Amino acid sequence: MLRYTIRRLVQLVGVVLVLSMLLFAWLRLLPGGPVSALLGERATPESREALTKQLGLDQPIFVQYFKFLGRAATGDFGVSTGVQPGDSALEIFLQRFPATIELSFFAILIAIAVGVPLGYLAAKRRGGWFDNLSVIGSLIGVAVPVFFLAYLLKDVASSALGLPSQGRQDAIDATRVTGFFTLDGLITGEFDATLNALEHLILPAIALATIPFAVIFRITRAAVLDVLDEDFVRTAESKGLTAPVIRRRHVLRNAMLPVVTTIGLQTGALLSGAVLTEKVFSFAGVGQALAIGFERRDYPVLLLLIIMATIVYVVVNLLVDLSYALIDPRIRTR
Amino acid sequence: MALGVSKKEKIDGLAESAGVSLAASAWKRLRRSPVFLIGATIIGIFVVLSLLSPWLAPQDPSVPMLIDQVVKARNEIPPPQPGHLLGGDLQGRDFFSRLLVGSQQTLIVGVGATIIGLAGGLILGTLAGALGGWVDSVVMRIVDVMLSLPSLLLAFSIAAMFARPSQFTVILAVSIVQIPVFARLLRGSMLAQRHSDHVLAATALGVKKGAIVFRHMLPNSLSPVIVQSTLVLATAIIEAAALSFLGLGNPDDRLPEWGQMLGDVQNVFDTHPHLAAWPAVCIIVVALGFTLMGETLREALDPKNRR
Repeated sequence: MLRYTIRRLVQLVGVVLVLSMLLFAWLRLLPGGPVSALLGERATPESREALTKQLGLDQPIFVQYFKFLGRAATGDFGVSTGVQPGDSALEIFLQRFPATIELSFFAILIAIAVGVPLGYLAAKRRGGWFDNLSVIGSLIGVAVPVFFLAYLLKDVASSALGLPSQGRQDAIDATRVTGFFTLDGLITGEFDATLNALEHLILPAIALATIPFAVIFRITRAAVLDVLDEDFVRTAESKGLTAPVIRRRHVLRNAMLPVVTTIGLQTGALLSGAVLTEKVFSFAGVGQALAIGFERRDYPVLLLLIIMATIVYVVVNLLVDLSYALIDPRIRTR
Repeated sequence: MALGVSKKEKIDGLAESAGVSLAASAWKRLRRSPVFLIGATIIGIFVVLSLLSPWLAPQDPSVPMLIDQVVKARNEIPPPQPGHLLGGDLQGRDFFSRLLVGSQQTLIVGVGATIIGLAGGLILGTLAGALGGWVDSVVMRIVDVMLSLPSLLLAFSIAAMFARPSQFTVILAVSIVQIPVFARLLRGSMLAQRHSDHVLAATALGVKKGAIVFRHMLPNSLSPVIVQSTLVLATAIIEAAALSFLGLGNPDDRLPEWGQMLGDVQNVFDTHPHLAAWPAVCIIVVALGFTLMGETLREALDPKNRR
């Protein structure tokens, strides 16, 4: 187990290095390169040359890359040019990361809480109207562009339900401790601040949850269908176990493995979906920074945030793989 | 004599039952599946519309013929009127004609992305699966790096690489993301066949390696790839919309694409919802059609379901 974890982490380091190299080359190979990005197309040749020298761009690319690695090791990933001009890229990431974790956490919570029970029920009533209806619903859920759904929620649901549709919290006087607005209120006892932050999370979390929900629903349904056919379920039934016991101990436990894998893979959809959802709801997270970064070509910020997104995605999937042993005792012995 | 006839009949019968290929039996099941027929009907209408749209469109989609009815200050756009079924868009162009022509551009994006993704995946997957060894390791490492990035985020990053976005860069961005998926699928099913009996038999007969790969292994590995292609047609269209929404799409909107139409009106969703709703509904219906076809194909091509 430990050796496996270490091997996966070493692999992760390799992936991050290759990725940073590719992203770094990408920044340098852009037409005009970072100088044009910083100065714009109409800068004088003299000022271009000065900046090229100042940034060390006249050196060979691998020298530049190693210098970048050296700076990155000290936490210096460059300065933002478009998202929050002047702020360091790392600062922007640290400031915004808790917001995206909060949003993704609630989104995946909604997706699991609705998707798993619905998938189980649909499988139990295979072929019935409930099954067909929810399968069609899940297929439509995947077909709707996320940002369109987000705008629907923002324009229609927010006024109908009286929920806020902008930002992470109203401009209220709240103490900041962790950067997680929902936790801060609980720690300091400002419960109204927590409530306010939660209200701001509802609509973006629902928008972000649709695709993971649809996928989790379908995988749960398929996995439960597979398990229901197994001999051990029939044995459990014939030896007179009660339905809740069969459901909990025999069906769900065995069906959970593919579902948990899917949940891990859906963090990828959450991270990309956050770019679209956070933009619609002006939610100040990593996704919004990426959206603005793409729009204004803020390369230092994009570089760091894309690498961070990759690390999060790979680590979450490693944790998921490790959790198999908790769910399925058969894996532990291997 | 009677024995001979019956024997012949027996062999004929055997040949018939054995001769029904997976494709034939899958097609037999698909024809009877209402879900597949719904999907196929949607896609059939979509393809016919998109091919005929240049002749069907009542107006020129790129001419701002109703521009005098656009009042920016009061946020007014041309209402529906004779000759203009759905009125005009923000630039005073006939919205109905743009929707129709949009089907063609959308089909181009979907099919283009699928072809590039498929071609890249076929090359990488066949190389890895057929040659094995260090080729396999190198190809798979590349694939792993690509897969360790969330796919849509990778598409965004690729699209952002191009200083001058166009229809082609959009297609490229959404297709490159699919290459590792296709490569993995192919490699997996080709590896599974390397030690199977029919490959072993061909090797024993002295069939050349190239012929084994292209005549025996590749054709038997295609069904997951076909299924994935239908699903990619759907995701490509949806992802193209996301690219436009982030300002990474094709800026040239003379010949519109549905995702582009949807992404470009993001600032007027609340005042002119129909400008967003029409392309959105078109995208959803077509993506649903491709998904229905893909999912039923997956079930039909699964040898486990063969009866």
